[in-house]
Amino acid sequence: MIFGKSLYCSFIIIACFFTVATAQNEAVATVDSVGQILPQPPGNIIVADHKYDNGGIIDIAWDRSPDDPLGIDGYNIYRACGDGDFEIVAFVLPGGMESYSFIDDKVERGESYRYKISVISSGGESFSESSVSVRGDWEFFDLDKLNILILGIIVCGSVIGFIFTARAGRKLFIRKISGLEALEEAVGRATEMGRPILFIPGILDMDDVQTLAAITILARVSRIVADYDSKIEMPVSRSLVMTTARETIKNSYLAAGRPDAYYDDMVHYVTDEQFGYVAAVNGIMVRDKPATCLYLGAFFAESLILAETGNYIGAIQIAGTARPGQLPFFVAACDYTLIGEELFAASAYLSGDPKQLGSLKGQDVGKFVAMAAMIIGTLAVTVVSAWQFKFFGWLSDLMYSMFSTN
Amino acid sequence: MKRTIPVIIVSVVGTVLVLSVFFPPVQTMGEDFSLFFDIIAVFAFFLGGGNLVRIHLVKIYRKRPDWGFSVVTLVGFFVTLLVGLGKLSVTGVTASVTAPDSFLQTIFVNIITPLSSTMYALLAFYVASASYRAFRAKNREATILLIAAFIILLGRTPLGMKLTGWIPEWLSILQIPNLAVWIMNAPNLAGQRAILIGVGLGVVAMSLRLILGMDRTYLGSDND
Repeated sequence: MIFGKSLYCSFIIIACFFTVATAQNEAVATVDSVGQILPQPPGNIIVADHKYDNGGIIDIAWDRSPDDPLGIDGYNIYRACGDGDFEIVAFVLPGGMESYSFIDDKVERGESYRYKISVISSGGESFSESSVSVRGDWEFFDLDKLNILILGIIVCGSVIGFIFTARAGRKLFIRKISGLEALEEAVGRATEMGRPILFIPGILDMDDVQTLAAITILARVSRIVADYDSKIEMPVSRSLVMTTARETIKNSYLAAGRPDAYYDDMVHYVTDEQFGYVAAVNGIMVRDKPATCLYLGAFFAESLILAETGNYIGAIQIAGTARPGQLPFFVAACDYTLIGEELFAASAYLSGDPKQLGSLKGQDVGKFVAMAAMIIGTLAVTVVSAWQFKFFGWLSDLMYSMFSTN
Repeated sequence: MKRTIPVIIVSVVGTVLVLSVFFPPVQTMGEDFSLFFDIIAVFAFFLGGGNLVRIHLVKIYRKRPDWGFSVVTLVGFFVTLLVGLGKLSVTGVTASVTAPDSFLQTIFVNIITPLSSTMYALLAFYVASASYRAFRAKNREATILLIAAFIILLGRTPLGMKLTGWIPEWLSILQIPNLAVWIMNAPNLAGQRAILIGVGLGVVAMSLRLILGMDRTYLGSDND
């Protein structure tokens, strides 16, 4: 019996020892001072200076906490400048990914920074080790965009080359753009009918290149309007477009020798709100019945609402936008549509100035490069998939990398 | 001078913005120029608001046709401005204009959103009337458009699969839903990309004309 008790005690002691040893071998759950179980901290903190920036960005990456995604609230990112104290710079929600990354774009160029990541749960906050110190440095040139620079130089060089060719007096062929040819006729029609011309420059601000293109066309149109002694009405959805358009029309009237015919309210602000603007413009169209409607610029869902209303009142309509999604609506509802590049070519085309027309010709070189790259790339990919030739693999990669950005 | 200074500003700002894409040290300057635009746009907003009020006041004062709508516009403008600036709410003053009890939020949710949705809903009718005109088989191109549209319409409904589901697997491309996907992914996407390449080149050429000062139409005339 005594022997039996000793054996029983020995068994319990061994069992206890084994349990403790096993628990030590498993992941240890840290317990804080008030007995809460803390989450396990993230590991493998990698901090590096951002490539090809102005020195104000540092990239941080880390592996997830073993407790992610269940049971954690997120990660706090702490930053210390030099030997200073750590302070929170960001909070990242958990997403169950294997690793996370964060771009810190609030650092000073030339300063060194250390980072550490903490994981937060209902049990508290656990911190990773501090990262190595990394300095935000700048690079002079963004090598990732070298291909774009080379293509840009080719296109710009050809545009400038053709401008000089045109300046030298060589005649360049530019295809006819029906929508622009019809512009004068459209203004003439409105003059004969004694009705206004409605000009809509899209719904974006002056920092959009389509609005800028619309303003350059507006200058030409308002000049014709001033010459014909017709009337132009321009409701706008951006205040800055209003001030720019007023200045443009005023100068056109001045150039036409009709400054007395100009008045500020030709261009008036309606609202920035997309559909509020559409409602107001539709009201103007139905009430004033303009003989000609011009929609030139950046349009979204309102394109068809405007163009169909114009169609309903029987106006001659010319539209132009660079947004492929809206072009079918304009094509269906308008008499003429300037497709993509034609919108940007309009000002040069209407000027008839050989130098400006030369710039249009220069675009063709860019198109030729794009077409050649597409044909070579397609053939190379086809050959590689059929015969696995290494050279064609390299060629297809080259064609792809020519037009891709990192 | 009045024409030279704007041309110089356009040339300098345009050049810096182009350089900031390729040269990181110039990035900050490019960002600053974009910030300048925002600041100018904020000031211009006062001009826009002022213009709106003036035009409608004149319309009411001169009793022009439909001047009653101008009254509604001005009342709406000033009420929204007042509740927004004052951060008015059911309980008095709220911490944020986006709080659920804020009057501005109430106006937004109960007036602006339904009115915008109503305008957007009109698109359904306009799409129908525009499609009716566009899909008439007047010539070869319009007939191709009509057939493509018909396939895509059928392909996006269960009827497409019901009609052509019997086609064997090795000819599955001829099933209407697959044909619809092919039309969208091959001819349609190719066309869109061609337009986008043209747009990119057009933007480059136009930007060059503006930066080089060749196109000054935004100043009203090309002449000095």
